[in-house]
Amino acid sequence: MRITLTVNGEEREADVWAGESLLFALRERLGLPGSKNACEQGECGSCSVLLDGVLVCACLVLAAQAEGHEVVTVEGLGSDGRLHAVQEAFVQTGAVQCGFCTPGLVVATADLLARRPDPSEDEIREALSGNLCRCTGYAKIFDAVRLAAGAA
Amino acid sequence: MRTVSAPARKLEHGRVGESVLRVDAIPKVTGEFAYSSDLFAAGMLWGHTLRSPHAHAEIESIDISEAVSMPGVHAVLTHEDVPGKKLYGLEFADQPVLAINRVRYFGEPVALVAAEHPEQARRAAEKIQVQYQPLEPVVDPERALEQEDLHPERPTEEAGYFNDPRSNVVRTIVIRHGDPDAEGEVSVSGVYELGIQDQAFLGPESGLAVPDGEGGVDVYVATQWLHVDRAQVAPCLDLRPEQVRIHLAGVGGAFGGREDLSMQIHGALLALHTGRPIKIVYTREESFVGHVHRHPARIWMEHRANHDGKLVNVRVRILLDGGAYASSTTAVTSNASSFAQGPYAVANALVETTSVYTNNPPCGAMRGFGAVQVCFAHEAQMDKLAAELALDPVDLRLRNAIAQGDILPNGQRITGSLPVAEVIRRCAALPVPEPEALPRDAIRLPGGAGNVTRGEGVKRGTGFAVGFKNICYSHGFDDYCAARVRLFADASGELGAEVHCAAAEVGQGVTNVILQVARTELELENITLAPHQTATVDSAGSASASRMTWMASGAVQTACRAAREELESRGGSLASGDEVDVERVYRHPQTWPLDPETGQVQGERAHVAFVCSAMKAVVEVDTELGLTRVVWIGTAQDIGRAVNPQAVYGQIEGGTAQGLGLALMEEIQTRDGLITNASFTDYLIPTALDMPPVDAVLVEEPDPDAPYGAKGVGEPPTVVATAAVVAALRDATGLELTRAPVRPDHLAGLTA
Amino acid sequence: MDVLTPRTLDEALRLRSEHPDAWPIDGGTDVLVELNFDRARPPALLNLSEIRELKGWSRENGTLRLGAGLTYTQCRQDLRDVLPALAEASRTVGSPQIQNRGTLGGNLGTSSPAGDSLPPLLVEGAEVELASVRGERRVPLEEFLVGPKRNAMLANELIVAVRVSPSGARQTFMKVGPRNAMVIAVASLALSADRERGELRAAYGSAGPVPKLVTAPLAERASFAERVAEAAQPIDDVRGTAVYRRHALRVLTTRALERCAA
Repeated sequence: MRITLTVNGEEREADVWAGESLLFALRERLGLPGSKNACEQGECGSCSVLLDGVLVCACLVLAAQAEGHEVVTVEGLGSDGRLHAVQEAFVQTGAVQCGFCTPGLVVATADLLARRPDPSEDEIREALSGNLCRCTGYAKIFDAVRLAAGAA
Repeated sequence: MRTVSAPARKLEHGRVGESVLRVDAIPKVTGEFAYSSDLFAAGMLWGHTLRSPHAHAEIESIDISEAVSMPGVHAVLTHEDVPGKKLYGLEFADQPVLAINRVRYFGEPVALVAAEHPEQARRAAEKIQVQYQPLEPVVDPERALEQEDLHPERPTEEAGYFNDPRSNVVRTIVIRHGDPDAEGEVSVSGVYELGIQDQAFLGPESGLAVPDGEGGVDVYVATQWLHVDRAQVAPCLDLRPEQVRIHLAGVGGAFGGREDLSMQIHGALLALHTGRPIKIVYTREESFVGHVHRHPARIWMEHRANHDGKLVNVRVRILLDGGAYASSTTAVTSNASSFAQGPYAVANALVETTSVYTNNPPCGAMRGFGAVQVCFAHEAQMDKLAAELALDPVDLRLRNAIAQGDILPNGQRITGSLPVAEVIRRCAALPVPEPEALPRDAIRLPGGAGNVTRGEGVKRGTGFAVGFKNICYSHGFDDYCAARVRLFADASGELGAEVHCAAAEVGQGVTNVILQVARTELELENITLAPHQTATVDSAGSASASRMTWMASGAVQTACRAAREELESRGGSLASGDEVDVERVYRHPQTWPLDPETGQVQGERAHVAFVCSAMKAVVEVDTELGLTRVVWIGTAQDIGRAVNPQAVYGQIEGGTAQGLGLALMEEIQTRDGLITNASFTDYLIPTALDMPPVDAVLVEEPDPDAPYGAKGVGEPPTVVATAAVVAALRDATGLELTRAPVRPDHLAGLTA
Repeated sequence: MDVLTPRTLDEALRLRSEHPDAWPIDGGTDVLVELNFDRARPPALLNLSEIRELKGWSRENGTLRLGAGLTYTQCRQDLRDVLPALAEASRTVGSPQIQNRGTLGGNLGTSSPAGDSLPPLLVEGAEVELASVRGERRVPLEEFLVGPKRNAMLANELIVAVRVSPSGARQTFMKVGPRNAMVIAVASLALSADRERGELRAAYGSAGPVPKLVTAPLAERASFAERVAEAAQPIDDVRGTAVYRRHALRVLTTRALERCAA
């Protein structure tokens, strides 16, 4: 089946199988593999995207459900070849190791800071509790969130 | 086709010893970095693996006729389609590429499908008719020693190991040191057990195999050691090594779980059969059955000591369950026996370690590699001994701390840096945060977001642990790393360099190390790192055993110095278009194997070098519900010297999280050999609400044998964290807690 | 497989009657797991996410009508004062991403023994509003839940809303899991001390085939924890043992009484 949706500000079309997730469509149909496929059951947050401005796991959205809606992925955060403040903060603080969780965490952090520009320590931890990271132990990710919050 | 490894990169400013931003950080934060699951090629098909639903069964027949005629299907392959060697393995070729007549573990690959869409491949796999005759699985490692041999050919028999005639033994090591019967004035003993931990890297096993049209194949894959992959893949495909080119695709974490092959041979087989590129991506469920795990262990220990606290004799018996195939079990066995007594000097010891084949999930490498399991046991014992002697536990450890000049039970004298007493003192001196006042938000209490307590039943505890392990491969292994440096002059006559090294970047930051070393040695601005692949440079060895920083530094340093010498011999400059191209191999100091009868090293050293760490953990336990919150962790770690301090702290924090996970929640559960929690819903790893802040102190005492004095840093935090966290739980609850992970019902006192 | 996407409730009900085998899907947080893990291949999916009538919540006289498409995030933010236990339960559901996407209707439709919204709704005496082309009916939640992942919804019906008359009683929700975020309940409990009705009302999750309501007069507070634990029918599974679950319910009930009936 054919779907039409807006991805990172651009109208896109894709032929998808009915049982396919938005994550698969983004990665395999639309050439946007930035959203990651770590668990495909909403338990890791690596595929976090904004759907109509709401933070969701793309693996749990049916591709067909995105018809007519607006999706922003990690590839769409920066502008004019410049990094988003959250991306810059992740680079600066050493919050990236293997980096597989990074796109999801960057999107989740951008979402948090858009809602809460100056989050408390507890708010940061809870907001990111749906994004697993296996490399960093989270410490430098929290540093990145604080740095990005300060920069915003 | 998307480029696979990151393109050649500009060197960030920074030399050895300076914090340098990751060279791959920008593509990773923008989503552009190409992981092994992100690859795409024109005309690509999807590969899928049919796996055994049984832990142990005879295969009576496989009928693929219906599957091959399913829509979109291009190939269905079984063991009969493997053109070369049918078996492979990291140390011993005991594992079938595809099952032959018998399956020995749940999830063992039986057949392969290539189709246009993954859904078509799955539906076709469903139509492969496999007739199984289920057999009783061997699942108890103790009983395995008396049950039918799962590998009657005994693949590990002529490896120079102690001759253990019992069934299913992969390896037995007996170390006799001093007088193994020596008595002390007091004695404490215990039996300790650890469940199966999984690496749970986030990037699932995946890759792309592309046929070259001339009978060879390029495999783009996330791995820890490109050349050992090639050494296993080529014979099974009946190809010459140079016909198989392994390229490092982006690695989404490894932690030991990518030492063994996953999709490499399977993808290549399908690619060669169909003539089309093949992409294989495991699901999370498949990933849990598709790679080896940390060995579960049963450990008995007895510590004999005198009233002054000096250890007299440590007696240990260790049983490791290696699962269905050997993988790196023999090396894990040797590590467990090497570090069983902990970083303590003891004049007498008897350490017997046995690993066995069973029909449980295969086990192999995971961060800490045998040292994690024994650290959990020896540190519990040291606390028990301190209590028995009424000594301060930190003081007891200091009294016994091993130091330069002391001898290990295997006969090796410590010659390099090993500041055990220093890490203990520095860690013990870290101030512990004051308890926070109540009321607090639920997420600052045990049970977290679950909102179960407002302080009821909550007790606080502190634990301390020390551990050590080896750096680099041991026991006579020919461990080396190659690097190649190309110096050239660009159009304007400016000198530049390209560095080739096959060291796998698995997230640990070795690409930065390589560039920092090259920058330090060449004193040039324009240095790039070539993509990691087997075709252009010799082996780097494995990104394992905390060895990659040491080995890659040595290789790149040696190659850079050779390139400079060559440049000097040509008068110190190059004409435009000219180049210097040198490749050099670096070897660390030689090691020797153990005598199979006495367990004593047959030369100067069994291990190249050692690294140690001490950790202190503060926990709160809801003693009624058995739920926990780790409040704070402090650690002092021996690192030799920091090449990139920011990355060192990152390794310590991340390694600590994995040890904490094993202490509190991480366990692959099985029933009759079948994994029952192969998902992130039921195999839990720590979240942002589970990890405390980690105060880390770097203890820098450069190792005389290491390039720049730098030792590996990845494993020690994982080695000590499980022991430290469980010690804190014991302190909070007064329970013995002899098994990790500790489960809520243990902490609530409902089970022994 | 096919995806049917109605724009109105009427259209949805018609499609439902024409395709009784189609799986309703809204937030997708349960359905996609089945699809992604190749556990199920329903002939069609009935996508309810475009139906305005299912979204949000409203107040009709003293009754709250919570649309089937109400997300946990909305419960957490909007219902903190009127249905505090449901708001607390919503905070424990999966992750922020799941809370943003998962819906009350989905939790009811899945009818998992571990469904986090179910115990607080049971305590508040919720009714499930079901509709089909033939009309509407309301079923008390207690009767709606008939077994593990089984409920009283007929093949031609859809869950449209949940109706609750908030008791105003002090209430809480607690959930036990071996990790401090993102867990499926090993055991959970909602409890209210309803002074108006003179009743203690508790409902447990993950401790029996369905989440279940247990009540007692306020005066029987002393034995209530035992009563809840006894009412449970827990099993041993990969997440915990029956013994632990029963024990946990005892502890949770005792603590919940401290919070609500002190």
